[in-house]
Amino acid sequence: MEALFAGVVGTLTACGLFLMLRGRTFPVIVGLTLLSYAVNLFLFSMGGLNTHAAPVIGESLSPSDPLPQALVLTAIVIGFAMTAFVVILAIRARSELGNDHVDGKQGDEEPPR
Amino acid sequence: MSLLWTLLAPVAGSLLPLAAGRRNRRWLTLTALIPPLLALLLLSLTLPELLAGGLPRVQLSWMPALGLDLALRLDGLSLLFALLILGLGSLIIVYAGHYLHRDEPDARFFAYLLLFMGAMLGIVLSDNLLLLWLFWELTGLASFLLIGFWSRLSDARRGARMSLVVTSTGGLALLAGILLIGQEVGSLALGDVLAAGETLRASSRYPLIVALVLFGAFAKSAQFPLHFWLPHAMAAPTPVSAFLHSATMVKAGVFLLARLTPALGDTSLWALSLSLIGLATLLYGAWFALFERDLKGILAFSTISHLGLITLLLGLGSPLAIAAALLHILNHALFKAALFMSAGIIDHQTGTRDLQRLGGLARAMPLTATLTLMATAAMAGLPPFNGFLSKELLLAATLDSRLFGGLGAAVTLLVGLAALLSVGYSLRLAVGVFFGAGRPDEPATHDPSRSMLAPGLLLAALCLLIGLLPMTLAAPLVTLASRAVQGSATPTLDLALWHGPSLPLAISVVAVLGGLVAALRQPQLARIVALFPRRDARWLFEAGVIRLTKASLWLTLRLENGSLQRYLALLLLTAVAMAGLGLAQVERLTGERGVQPLDGMLVLGAALMVFGAVGSALSHRWRLVSLLMLSVVGLSVALTFVRFSAPDLAMTQLSVEVVSMILLMLALFFLPQRPPPWVSTRRILRDLLVAGLCGLVVASLNYALLTRETLSIADFFLRESVPGGGGGNVVNVILVDFRGFDTFGEITVLTLAGLATYKLLNRMKLFMPAGNVEGIHWSRHRHPLILAVIAQILLPLALLVSAYIFLRGHNQPGGGFIAGLITAVALLLQYLARGYDWTRQRLPLSYPLVAVSGLALATATGLASWLFGYPFLTSTFGHFQLPLIGELELASALLFDLGVYLAVVGATLMILVNLGRVTTVHRPSIEEEN
Repeated sequence: MEALFAGVVGTLTACGLFLMLRGRTFPVIVGLTLLSYAVNLFLFSMGGLNTHAAPVIGESLSPSDPLPQALVLTAIVIGFAMTAFVVILAIRARSELGNDHVDGKQGDEEPPR
Repeated sequence: MSLLWTLLAPVAGSLLPLAAGRRNRRWLTLTALIPPLLALLLLSLTLPELLAGGLPRVQLSWMPALGLDLALRLDGLSLLFALLILGLGSLIIVYAGHYLHRDEPDARFFAYLLLFMGAMLGIVLSDNLLLLWLFWELTGLASFLLIGFWSRLSDARRGARMSLVVTSTGGLALLAGILLIGQEVGSLALGDVLAAGETLRASSRYPLIVALVLFGAFAKSAQFPLHFWLPHAMAAPTPVSAFLHSATMVKAGVFLLARLTPALGDTSLWALSLSLIGLATLLYGAWFALFERDLKGILAFSTISHLGLITLLLGLGSPLAIAAALLHILNHALFKAALFMSAGIIDHQTGTRDLQRLGGLARAMPLTATLTLMATAAMAGLPPFNGFLSKELLLAATLDSRLFGGLGAAVTLLVGLAALLSVGYSLRLAVGVFFGAGRPDEPATHDPSRSMLAPGLLLAALCLLIGLLPMTLAAPLVTLASRAVQGSATPTLDLALWHGPSLPLAISVVAVLGGLVAALRQPQLARIVALFPRRDARWLFEAGVIRLTKASLWLTLRLENGSLQRYLALLLLTAVAMAGLGLAQVERLTGERGVQPLDGMLVLGAALMVFGAVGSALSHRWRLVSLLMLSVVGLSVALTFVRFSAPDLAMTQLSVEVVSMILLMLALFFLPQRPPPWVSTRRILRDLLVAGLCGLVVASLNYALLTRETLSIADFFLRESVPGGGGGNVVNVILVDFRGFDTFGEITVLTLAGLATYKLLNRMKLFMPAGNVEGIHWSRHRHPLILAVIAQILLPLALLVSAYIFLRGHNQPGGGFIAGLITAVALLLQYLARGYDWTRQRLPLSYPLVAVSGLALATATGLASWLFGYPFLTSTFGHFQLPLIGELELASALLFDLGVYLAVVGATLMILVNLGRVTTVHRPSIEEEN
């Protein structure tokens, strides 16, 4: 099971990074989201992969580590804020530069009127 | 304590001239004189304690973790240098007041000069090696400013840069040496280091320490082959040269050597390095001084030569030699400052420093001539001047020394040769300027004002007086200094001009006669020298600088070609290399904990996630498909959290997933609809390789960690959650209580991100497609009826659920983050179903305000604990009986959580509604287009 989990995290990382290496903003944003999934899963797994062990007092006899969960919870929300910011930055960049290339290369589209 | 003020007077006083402004020169000069005179006065207050045999010290703790203390001491060595620095400094300020041209920024000049003085004073008074180094670098900076003072001249800029580069490179080596000394001794306090000579000499790192310290000291004191910066430093205004060559800067190096002699000296490595380098410098400087045409150039090379002499004496290391070195430091400072002053006067009055254009000035400038001739005689080592005393001591020490074994006689001969050369260049200077035929075309000149001459004359008189009354004027000071360096080994000095006939005297006589011949035959010698190509170290240095600049430019252009993708790839490869190195050191990938069994659901989930991720990557040119694939992964991640006992995370992930998808869908509207052109296959392969490598390393790392036992602090949180935080849901208690400050930071970031997007969307020019890429117009039905109805029904339900989740969050899965996201989704649904305007009319909320008030509430909750005398964000809780609901446990953390809730709702809606508004308000409809 650990190998499977690690494999999935690795695949998510690889796909996310591949997308982040693209030249257009949208795949980069998708890649960033994928990468943050991978990172969140990685961090989360540091508490161990336990079933039926929610860290709620009285729910289970040996609750799993709550700290990674708390960290990942905020990471998810912050990740959303970051994605939102990058998305809107991308939109703004397109509006200013007339294209959606990450390097802001000029000229494959007409600028807006 | 007056010691501290002695140091602070010039350092802080460097602001004084700036404050005095440019009223007039005399006033400014007097202002600039205050700090050194004050420092001298304060020094004299400390003096009785030193003379009584004590060691006046000041110790203030500064950065104890680094071993850095503001610790000062005044011993004999410090006193010798402090008197030179402050005394010569004062005279040079007086002189500079006349030297500087009327229009020059003199206030700035005096400020730099005082800073230079303060830094040098810091070096000699430091009782801590790190503090010493700090001042050491400060002298480098101050001299950079002073050498480059005439920054309009390219020579000044180059000279300043060269001196800075050379001396601060040496400074870095010195720092390394000092840190090593600190490691060996266990302390950087000077007293400890000086007492730990045995430990240091026995250490295996002793040679390295010596090499580093000597590199620093030699670079500063212009020892061969690091001497080349000094002649170029003469681009400085002459008062600066006078100071730099006599009491400051170059003397810092020999000061350091003397200072560290008890700790590092007394080994053959130390003695041979110092004496051989010193001898080479002595000869090199004297030889090239003979062929300089520039007055200041002769003096610069002569300084190099005399510094070599001092280093040689310190290297010889016998008690007499060390005392002689200290005496010569004093003597050289006096006559060299006087000579630079006279060179400045000559330059000032005649407009040139070129020996070939000068001559016969003795008649026109009698006082200048007197001053110069006296100081030159001291430089040449002629009786009855002070230079003669130290030269005799040098010859005696060389003759006594056993250091060179069978080569002793040869070394004595070389020292005699150097004495001969110094007589030669001194004569050439004196005769060339003041006697012989002057150029007829030069206008008549005369002596400058008395007050410009006075400092130089005073110094020249001192040279003579020390020669005549050495036991009264020099011996006590030198003996004190020598005691600080060699303790009880200090010899009883017997300084006198006439000791009866002796070998040193004989060598001196021969040297003087030989020097006469050398000065007469200088043109012939110069012709011989001209046969050899003269390699000016400056060009080598400049070429080196240019090469370095080119190399770094080349490297920068290679790494930084303007493509963000390139940077990212490089960054990733570096990360992979670093993590890979770490992984390679792990013995086995699978750890001791072993693996858990698989089951069907897990395989299915994993397959789904891999499918989604790979699909999303493959279809990246078709954005909508890619996005849908991404959502498959996101939902599977939520399921993963469910499976592995993280209900809070699952709920958060689910609601964030919904919000993100809406956001990305909206974003698609504003981004190009056409798939981007296909990039080269090579590029794709490169990216696949980089990403694949990263994925492999991450997977291995994760697997290795998962199969190992790790230390955890979970027990603390599980144990303290109920008694300490008053809640059963440990994750929530951590968020709002234990790690409340982190959460506080996070909602701040969230709010800031929301506000930033607000700003980014402001006044944006929009691409407004009226239809899709095939030219089909957007649907006429903007707000489908069924969705509108369902959304309306769902709203109260969703709000109720979010309230429930919020309230139970402290004990059951839930809490502010999740409740906030659910509320946000419910409200968003209204905007989606009915449009911005419709919803806006019924829900007139300002979302930035909501977010900020959430933040304010969280802050207020945190601050409230101050009212009760607890630290920020301390929480409390109690049980309350509410009608209908029953007993309820309320913690103050609930209020904090409410702040979190509001911040999340506000920030999320701020982003999405604002983006949505942009689409709905300005969207061109078909009706408009038709």
